[in-house]
Amino acid sequence: MIRYTLRRLISLLLSLLAASIIIFAVIEVIPGDPAAFMLGVNAREDTLAALRDQMGLNDPLPIRYLAWVGGLLTGDLGTSWTYKTPVADLVSDRIWVSLPLALYALTLSTLIAFPAGIIAAARRGGPADLGIMGATQLGVAIPNFWFAMILVLIFAINLRWFSAGGFAGWDDPLAALKSLTLPAIALALPQAAILARVMRSSLLDMLGEDFIRTARAKGLSRRQALWRHALRNALIPVLTIIGLQFSFLLAGGIIIEQVFFLPGLGRLIFQAISARDLIVVESVVMLLVFTVIIVNFAVDLAYAAVDPRLRRRA
Amino acid sequence: MYMITRLTATAGLALLGTTALAQTDITVAIQLEPPNLDPTSGAAQAIDSVLYSNVFEGLTRFMADGSVVPGLAQSWEISGDGLTYTFTLRPGVTFHDGTVMDAADVKFSLDRARAEDSTNAQKGLFADIAEVTVIDPQTVKVRLAQQNGAFLFNMAWGDAVIVAPESIETIATNPIGTGAFAFADWVQGDRLELTRNDAYWGTPPALEAATFRFIADPTAAFAAVMAEDVDVFVGYPAPENLPQFEADPRFQVLVGNTEGETILSTNNKMPPFDNPLVREALAHAIDRQAIIDGAMFGYGTPIGTHFAPHNPDYVDLLDTSPHDPDRARALLAEAGFAEGFTTTLKLPPPSYARRGGEIIAAQLREVGIQTEITNVEWAQWIEEVFTNKDFGLTIVSHTEPMDIGIYANPDYYFQYDNPDFQALMDRLNATTDPAARSDLMAQAQTIIAQDYVNGFLFQLAVPTVANAKINGLWTDQPTAAVDLTGVSWSE
Repeated sequence: MIRYTLRRLISLLLSLLAASIIIFAVIEVIPGDPAAFMLGVNAREDTLAALRDQMGLNDPLPIRYLAWVGGLLTGDLGTSWTYKTPVADLVSDRIWVSLPLALYALTLSTLIAFPAGIIAAARRGGPADLGIMGATQLGVAIPNFWFAMILVLIFAINLRWFSAGGFAGWDDPLAALKSLTLPAIALALPQAAILARVMRSSLLDMLGEDFIRTARAKGLSRRQALWRHALRNALIPVLTIIGLQFSFLLAGGIIIEQVFFLPGLGRLIFQAISARDLIVVESVVMLLVFTVIIVNFAVDLAYAAVDPRLRRRA
Repeated sequence: MYMITRLTATAGLALLGTTALAQTDITVAIQLEPPNLDPTSGAAQAIDSVLYSNVFEGLTRFMADGSVVPGLAQSWEISGDGLTYTFTLRPGVTFHDGTVMDAADVKFSLDRARAEDSTNAQKGLFADIAEVTVIDPQTVKVRLAQQNGAFLFNMAWGDAVIVAPESIETIATNPIGTGAFAFADWVQGDRLELTRNDAYWGTPPALEAATFRFIADPTAAFAAVMAEDVDVFVGYPAPENLPQFEADPRFQVLVGNTEGETILSTNNKMPPFDNPLVREALAHAIDRQAIIDGAMFGYGTPIGTHFAPHNPDYVDLLDTSPHDPDRARALLAEAGFAEGFTTTLKLPPPSYARRGGEIIAAQLREVGIQTEITNVEWAQWIEEVFTNKDFGLTIVSHTEPMDIGIYANPDYYFQYDNPDFQALMDRLNATTDPAARSDLMAQAQTIIAQDYVNGFLFQLAVPTVANAKINGLWTDQPTAAVDLTGVSWSE
């Protein structure tokens, strides 16, 4: 187990190193001089030179890379060029919008998908199954930003139950949750549709397994077999999908954040890219990569703890 | 008896409630969030939109109609040779942190803007200043190296506001000015709040608090206004919705002028555009009204030169380049391009460029000019088009006020090099007599129109959608500003 963990750890460090090099290189080659963007079209050469100097843009690339990585290692994400605020502060503000939004959406999607998937599998071929599968087809096909606009039209403009966007802040938790509700629904429904389909097909696969036939042979009804034996085993692929969806929701809320003008991580990255605030883009993307890699590392360890075969193979 | 008194008292209170309590807070939306809050470094217009006149003030200031009036300087004297300006400052002006605004702050602000390591985006405004001297706390003398007829105009820009040395270190996140509103809070990515400055030297504003929100997405903008989440949207991004707001009694729509001359910018040094006949052909190939209707839903004023039509010195030169495809084809043939040619058309993000570009490409195709359209982001546009001059055509709105002087710079990205025009601009800068200046400006407009430097398209309009009960908003945008000092709610 120790050797396995060490190997995983080394591969984690190598992945982080590779990611940092790729992120830095890709972002630095995007055309567009950050200083020129900040100063606009009437800037004079000497002003540009002064700003580039202030921003450290005159240093050679390897030096800037080392300075950035050195900062990351000591927990310093750098200071935003345009906001003139530490990146860590920007991220810690935004994470309190993006993280709750992702969790909220994930909860909604799970609450919808589980019953829907189980009912569809239990009544395979029946009207409920057909209805649910039809709805999930629609859910997968509808783009979430379009769905978001429809929600706004109905619940914000016509019914006035919610505001059309913006974030109320956590000083008032109820108001904060309320301002995240429409975005969470818009994010959750397409995910729920996918999850329900996975749930259904995974359950159906299980129902065809030998151990279910044995259980049925011992006198359990189809439904009893499903609830007692198939469901638990069918959950493994479903949980994998939920894990993937969480990373997607955390980093992928960017369009929904635009539609509801929410101050989340996606909008931060979006604004930073168009303003060529490279240090913000680099550090935030690196942070997301770091999160995903750490989560994967934890999952690898968990697999190995559960399944001794993995340890031996490694 | 007792009952009756109580009833009257209640009725009186109710009456007060409906008459005297007009709303005193406002939520204003603009498209872009300011990257930081320092108007004296960085070009982002959003900084001025939020802070100009509200938080920061200069020696002079722009009014809603574009006129320049005294600001923190209550009066000035100009020496006979036009080189020395002696400003008398308003007495009793304090910054929001309580420190006194005096001549030393003016000297500090102007010297900082023109210093060697200055990062002022409009450093050129201060280029003629030779020396700033403090005479006494209320008097400051500015000596110019050469005459500059636009000096008082230049001092009204948002980049020339007066800042204090005590608060300059943190200006980017905590701006301290002298204006009628003080900065209160900025939740980055979401909103920025201002509160009334009770120690303001001038007329106290009717509003007590203002919140700015930043909504770039046109659909989100529509929803926010319709749901009345915002009271005002300045620079509303979807002109196609305006008729709907006009028809709705809850709203008022103001369509104002800007200083944005929108042009089909042409690389004058790149063949075949170095040939004046080709540029003339280009000018006749363009149907301005079709572009305004198609790209801007009818909002915009056609221009025949690089000058704002609402400016008293504007000359109508639309006749020099009427839409005439046959003439355009003939001119191209005369220039040796009877078969046409292919060039690049680079389009920055605003819809005037992206939508306008498609229409212009079709119009140019009519006369045999093929365009390869590339959509670029602003950062990319500045690098490829503006700095490296790697383009044939591009569409851009030049939003700086009174910027015809860019045609005198042969290194400016469209690379127009005409010594006569350059000499004319030198004369204009050295002239302070208003009538003589008008005459020179008319000549300047005519020269660039007749040289067909760029395709002159239209003056950009700025739509503001607001709650019908709000008064005192600026209709026009002589400079990027959402001046709330005169705004109030009726009722």
